[in-house]
This record gives sequence, structure tokens and C-alpha cells, in this order.
Amino acid sequence: MESVKAPMKFDLAVTPLREVNQFLHKEAPATPGLQVKIENPNGAHAIAAGMNAPLDVTIEGHAGYYAAGMNHGASVTINGSAGTGVAENMMSGKVHVKGFASNAAGATAQGGLLVIDGDAGLRCAISLKGADVVVGGSVGSFSAFMAQAGNLVVLGDAGEALGDSLYEANIYVRGTVKSLGADCEEKPMGAAEREVLAGLLARAGHLDVDPFSFKRYGSARTLYNFHVDNAGAY
Amino acid sequence: MNAPTVLHELELGATQTPPRFSATFDPGTMAEIRRAAATGIYDIRGGGTKRKLPHFDDLLFLGASVSRYPLEGYREKCGTDVVLGARFAKKPIHLKTPITIAGMSFGALSAQAKEALGRGATIVGTSTTTGDGGMTPEERGQSQTLVYQYLPSRYGMNPDDLRKADAIEVVIGQGAKPGGGGMLLGQKISPRVAKMRCLPEGIDQRSACRHPDWTGPDDLEIKILELREITDWEKPIYVKVGATRPYYDVALAVKAGADVVVLDGMQGGTAATQEVFIEHVGIPILAAIRPAVKALQDLGMHRKVQLIVSGGIRNGADVAKALALGADAVAIGTAALVALGDNDPRYAAEYHKLGTVPGAYDDWHEGKDPAGITTQDPALSSRLDPVQAGRRLANYLSVMTMEAQIIARACGKSHLHNLEPEDLAALTVDAAAMTQVPLAGTSWYPGQGGY
Amino acid sequence: MCGIVGLLIKTPSLRPRLGELMVPMMIGMTERGPDSAGLAVFTPPLAGGRRKVSVYAGYAKDGDDYDWDALVQALNANRDAGATVEAKGGNHGIVAFSGEPEDIKAWLKDYEPALKVFSAGKSIDLYKDIGTPAEVATRYQFAGFEGSHLVGHTRMATESAVTPDRAHPFTAGEDFCLVHNGSLSNPNGIRRMLAPYGIEFDTDNDTEAATRFLEWRLREGDSLKDALQKGFEVLDGFYTFLMGTPNELALIRDPFACKPAVVAETDDYVAIASEFRSLAHLPGVRHAHVFEPAPEEMYVWKA
Repeated sequence: MESVKAPMKFDLAVTPLREVNQFLHKEAPATPGLQVKIENPNGAHAIAAGMNAPLDVTIEGHAGYYAAGMNHGASVTINGSAGTGVAENMMSGKVHVKGFASNAAGATAQGGLLVIDGDAGLRCAISLKGADVVVGGSVGSFSAFMAQAGNLVVLGDAGEALGDSLYEANIYVRGTVKSLGADCEEKPMGAAEREVLAGLLARAGHLDVDPFSFKRYGSARTLYNFHVDNAGAY
Repeated sequence: MNAPTVLHELELGATQTPPRFSATFDPGTMAEIRRAAATGIYDIRGGGTKRKLPHFDDLLFLGASVSRYPLEGYREKCGTDVVLGARFAKKPIHLKTPITIAGMSFGALSAQAKEALGRGATIVGTSTTTGDGGMTPEERGQSQTLVYQYLPSRYGMNPDDLRKADAIEVVIGQGAKPGGGGMLLGQKISPRVAKMRCLPEGIDQRSACRHPDWTGPDDLEIKILELREITDWEKPIYVKVGATRPYYDVALAVKAGADVVVLDGMQGGTAATQEVFIEHVGIPILAAIRPAVKALQDLGMHRKVQLIVSGGIRNGADVAKALALGADAVAIGTAALVALGDNDPRYAAEYHKLGTVPGAYDDWHEGKDPAGITTQDPALSSRLDPVQAGRRLANYLSVMTMEAQIIARACGKSHLHNLEPEDLAALTVDAAAMTQVPLAGTSWYPGQGGY
Repeated sequence: MCGIVGLLIKTPSLRPRLGELMVPMMIGMTERGPDSAGLAVFTPPLAGGRRKVSVYAGYAKDGDDYDWDALVQALNANRDAGATVEAKGGNHGIVAFSGEPEDIKAWLKDYEPALKVFSAGKSIDLYKDIGTPAEVATRYQFAGFEGSHLVGHTRMATESAVTPDRAHPFTAGEDFCLVHNGSLSNPNGIRRMLAPYGIEFDTDNDTEAATRFLEWRLREGDSLKDALQKGFEVLDGFYTFLMGTPNELALIRDPFACKPAVVAETDDYVAIASEFRSLAHLPGVRHAHVFEPAPEEMYVWKA
């Protein structure tokens, strides 16, 4: 008979963050799928940053900046809010924020999935490089700024200058967009696009949300090669 | 006869006075205005500031005499080693010479050039630095000590390379364009570069000028903490700034937790940016070193947080002067490329086809470099033999190191680090004011009373 | 660059704990503000036309253990001021008096030019000094402060020096203070714009420029909302501002919102800080409404 292992626990009120992160980097990978619970995060920064193995980490409370920064393969759940730069530069894996996220959520992330149940702050998915970001609430201004690849899905509203200087990332918004950024325009939503969106919504756990209720935005590609008549956009 | 375009071809009558060019609207300026009118785009080029600036040539060393005694060469050692980053890192950087190779990207440079830099630096026992675009296997393979740049664009940035690096350099700015981001035009976005940077091929890359997930030294401190946590506190963290307000910037870098500060003067080169940015923003390295050192001294951190300076370092005298003013090490960029073969006269015919002459070629953004260094064109870059070019770089680095030792010994120093500002004299009032080194033959510099 | 903290206690029975709850908030902001710290607290207003000034003696001879009694004696001998003093930390005194603040300030300047008047009004007490937040809090016994609300700050100096008078909060006029996280890019232009109105500056600090600009607008009759709206137009750069008046705390963030701010609100209090970790110790914070203020919006909480 298999015994069910209780998750390993760390209490940040007692154990230094450095020890917890080093455990996650060095010893933990020997046990793929290892469950780790981190208690009393109390807004500490860089919790579970730099993981490099398929671990299953839960942060019980509010995380500070750069939670799960540069995640490569782990699954992280934050039962609270996350500060600036949650899952920044993520390479693969999944990060799920149950509360809201501050600025630069998923910044420069190259792979994996970032799910935020609440709102995300400004510059959500800034400089995105291939990851998928799904936000249950609204996103702040300058979201998807210079986003190069990947997808940003917003079930709520978007702020000013959405997708400014966009490259090839796709943006799907269900609510209103306060304003579009330079070179960002509405794109047609056909069956193929709705299928991609449906897949993203399903992976993020939004099974009852209708892809038909979204609009798609992408790059107009007029800034790809400099022309003086576009100088106002620079 | 063809119409004359140069003054000395004009034939003047007995009562005609020769025409004069304006110093303000000189021929170069007029040509640039015509170019702007024709194209509607600003001039973009590579390299650093080309106009004459106060520089290390305006300082001289006071060699040994009756009051001070020199060291003999060969038998009486003059040490050149330096340790960088012992403040917090478990594994500081140990270099055999204080001359390092500055950050230059794969993308700006060919893969062969990056490999050559790694080879040359390793022979001599110093470090190279990646650039905007990420780490290539060639460079990590060939460079024994590799500093990994962490830039606003985050092109090619990944934690695996972070873990492979020997040090991490958080780039806030560079001397050629403090306040500006990187630039790589479509001609150089080859398939390999495009893949590394996650961009479509052949388009003009726009780069951010601010980091995406932090702004300001208080938040930089948290970002540095994250980088340390990700790398288990093993690696030194450098912070690089272009020279503008060096006193404040160095103090804030120290307060944010930097192990090493890299300060790049306006002569520092770039692969591509606007000409006006290069020539008119930032200050010369000569003017930036003293305030940077004073910031470290005021915080009690001189020699505890190391200072690397760059921007127009050309020879061992420049190295020795930078160290005498208080730097711990220097970085070279343009000079390293020249050592590899950039602007070499043997390609004169090809430079002529590009509308230039060897020594003046700076359209590196076009990616047509005959020397195979600032290009992604496979035919051109294959001209550069990385082994041979690496050897040339190693020779040049060795010469600079020996030149610095010769000067240091002449000043009675058994280690380059014992050079001090009092070993120097200034030739010009400007240099004296900027470095607070007295004018030669006097004990005066501007700001201090009496001659 | 810096850390800001603010605390407004709604439940009267908790008001005696105002300082005790605030000190860990400030200490949590030590890394982003290691150079100096300061705090402005609003007490019940002095009655009958009396005012008070917070005076810093650290620059004066024997300023660290200043003879406040001698000062008060001299003041009462020269002016019919009925002055009293409450001294703290050796270099700080709250001088209460009957009379015009400008007159008393002028007298103080005459009496001892090295004295700095950090605040004036009926309600405000202001303390600031160099040192870590923990050192400053201990020096002035912040943990014992009582009241409805206060505004605090920890400083990492950017372009002006690390001195007591350049620490925040800054005040202008009476009963108005401001703390700032960020860096303004046009402080010199703001000072030059205000100079023709007779507005003088004590320091080269960019925050002082913003404080005097806003106070000028309030004095000219703008509502706080209008004054802040004009601020958005005139002030350039990055800023999160937290302001205090006798019955309000107000917070705004610039349109780019690069400098952080987080709010935790319960039935008992509203707490504001640059980072959540300064709020983590507050009672009931696990169930608090925690949110980030949006850029370009004005948040006003009444005490």
C-alpha cells in the first residue's frame, strides 16, 4: 500500500529564505513532484525564485517581489497576492496567484503558464517572450508592452496603451480596453484563434468562459522597419 | 576641368581672397544636414564619441627621482592581479590582470569575434562579458571567466546561463547612450540572432531603456537580492552605468548591494545608436572617475566595492592612470575589436567600396564589416580566424599589462594598485579640474586656492 | 529612493497603539531607506489660538543635548507667548505657544540660527533625523506615540545629501506634510516657478519642491483634489506621494506607477506601505482588504 506523503513545510518566520531557496535548488530536485509548503511568507521577496525541477510548491499568504522568478519546470501556487514581477522570466512550469498581482507580472517570461485569479497591475506581461499569461480580473496600463511572443488573456478590462510596441504576442481581452498602444490593433478572431483561446482558458481553469466574448489584438507591424512618417510613434 | 570641391583646387585671381569654411557649419555638418533632409532618419553608427575630449593624455606620471625610488624590471615584481566581488559572493572573481573585456553582444559581433575574445582573455587570465542578446555556447566554452549581462531587454536571458556565469552584470546604461536602450537593425537580425532574441528575422529591434520589472535603486536592491537567491549567493553582482552623475550613481549602486560598479565614459563604444546620443550625452571617463571614487570613499567602501572603468582605454598608460585615480580595474571594448582586426588597412579596398577608409569605418549597424567582426554575414565573418584573432588579443592585453607595470615600477610601486592620484600631474586646467590632480609644476587645481 | 508608511486608526480604543503598530512598519522599510527616517503624527489640535512648532537642534552647538528650558525662558521673556516645550531625544523639541507662527519662527532664527523648524500648526508633530529607522524610532520613542494617524518615511538619498533637514516628511504652511518615494525630473523648474510668489526653499531636495507646490495650491484655495490634479500636470518624474493633514491621509501615484504602494484596510485601520512585508505584522491583516492603489487616482482617508 502506498503512503501519501504530507508536504514538506518551511516557516519563513523561523527559517531564513536563503535556506529554503537553496533546498529547493539543491536537495529537492532529487524528488520530482515533491510537495513543499511555505508558511508565513509575509511579503518576503524572491520566494521560490530560480527553481529548476518539477516541484509542487505552495506559498501560504502574500508574497513580495519576484515570487517564483525564473521558474523552470515547477508548479507554484500562491494563496494570497504577489508583489512586483511574479514569475518574471519564467522558462516553463506553472505559477498560480489566487489573489491579485502587482506590476510586471510575468515580465519577459519565455515559457510556461502564469494564472492570476484577481487583477494584475501595470505592465502585465511586459516584454513577454513566449509564455502564456491568463488574468481573471483586469490588467493595468502598458500591459504587453513590447511583448514579443506568447499570449496574454484578460477576462476583465485593460488599461491605457495596451500592447504598445507589440511584436508577435497575441492579446485577448473580454472587457473594455481603455486605449491601444502604438502599433497595436484589433485582429480578426476566427475559428482557429478561438480554439487557441479556448485551450488557454481551459489550462487556466476557466472552463465556463466563452471564447466568443473576447476580442483579439496584435501588432500592426508598421514599426518593424523604421520609416520617418511613423516618427510620432517612437 | 572638373569643378573643384576642395579649396586647394581653386584658382584665384590676384585680388580674390580665398573662401572660408564656417567652423559652425563646417563641411561635415553640412553633409549631415543634407543626409537628414534626404532620408528623414537620424544618423545611426557604431563606436564611441569621436570628437576630441579631455582624456588620459592630459595626465602624466611623476616617475621616480631623488625623493622616490623606482623598482627594477624582471627581478622586482610588480603585481597585476585583482579580486572582484568579495563583498557578498561566495566565489569572487580572480583576475591576473586588471584589464577586462567589456560587454559586447553576439548580434552586434559575429560568433567568431565572440569566440576570439574568449580565447584571448583566457590566455591572459582575464574575463569577458556577454552583451544584449544572451550567452553563446562558443563564448562560454572559450572564456574561462565570463560575466553575464542582465539588460533591460532581457533578450536571450535565462536562468541556466545565469547559473553558468561567473558573475552577473546588471546594466543600467552604457557610456555611448546613458538613458538609451540597445539597437540592432534588421540587417543583423539573422536567423540565429532572431532565435536567441525571440524576434522575427530581418526586422529592426527596438530595445527598452528601462528594466521591465524594477525602477530606482530601492527596487534594484530587491532585484539584486533575487539574482543572489537564484544563484545561491555564489556569484558577484556588478552594476553598470554610463557616466552622467557618477557620484550619486555609484553611491546608490553600493546602497543597492552591488559588489562591483562598472562605469563607462562617453567614449565607450556601441554597435549602433544615434550619432547625437553618442556625441552629446554622457561625460568623459576622465571626469567621472574622481566623483565615483569619492562616493566609494564617503561610504567607506573604496576597495571593498570594486570600480571598473571603461571608455577609451587604449594602452597601458591609460590603464595605469585609471588605477592611479582610484579604479580597481578597467574594461576595453573598441580597443579589443581593433586588436582582433577591426578597421584594418588590409581591407582598404573594401572599406573604399563602403564609402570610407580604414580607421574611420563606423557603420557597424549595417553588418557589412569586411573584417568579419561586426557582421552576421557568414561569408564575411568566416574571414575572422578565432584562434589567430584570440592570439592577437592576448598579445595586446599582455602589452598593455606590461606597459602599466613599467610605469608603476618607475613610480616605485610593487603592485599596480599602489598607484595613487599623487603620482600624477595634469597638463591642462580642464584635466586638473576634472581629476583634482595639480597642474604640472604647481600644487594647484581649480577649486583650490593659490598657485 | 525610499520607503513610505502611513497608518490611520479608525477605532478610538486602538489609538493609543498608533506608534507601537507603526514602528515595525518603518523598520520593514530599512533596506529601501537606510540613510534617515522621519515621521509626522497628528494629535488633537491645540485650543484657544495656540500653535506649536517642531524644532530640531542637531545643527546647533551642544545640539544633541540642547537646553530647551533656556530657549523657552528666553522666548517667554521676549514675547508674551506662554511657551512650553516637550523635548525628546535630546535634539528635538515641540514648542507650544500663543502667537503668530511666522513671528515665533523669526524669533527662533534670531535666538539660534542653527535651529531648524520642521513643522508648524495646531496638530502636527514632526520628527526626522539621520540614522537607520530603528535608531531614529528609538531616539524619539516612536513606539509610544498615540493619535489618529501618522505619515512616516525611510530615506535612500538620490541627489541631495544625507542630512536631517533633507529627510522626509517635508511640511509647508501649517498642518500639512508629505513623503515621497521616487525622483522628480524637474525640481529646479518648479522652484523657479514658485520663486516669484515669494516661496523660499530650505533645501535642494526635490520632495520639498513638490511639497511647497501643493501647499501653495491649497493656500490659494484649491481643494486637495484640484491641487493634486495640478500636480499631475506640473510635476514630472516618478512619485508615490503620501500626504497628511489634521483629519486626512491622501495618496497618489504618477501615471507610470513604477514606485510601489500597497494598502491594507480593516474595520480598525488603514495601513499604507511601499511593500507588503511592512504590513504583515498588523493585527487582522490576514483578513484585511489588501490592494494596490491605481495610478493617477486620489485616495483620501478621513481620520
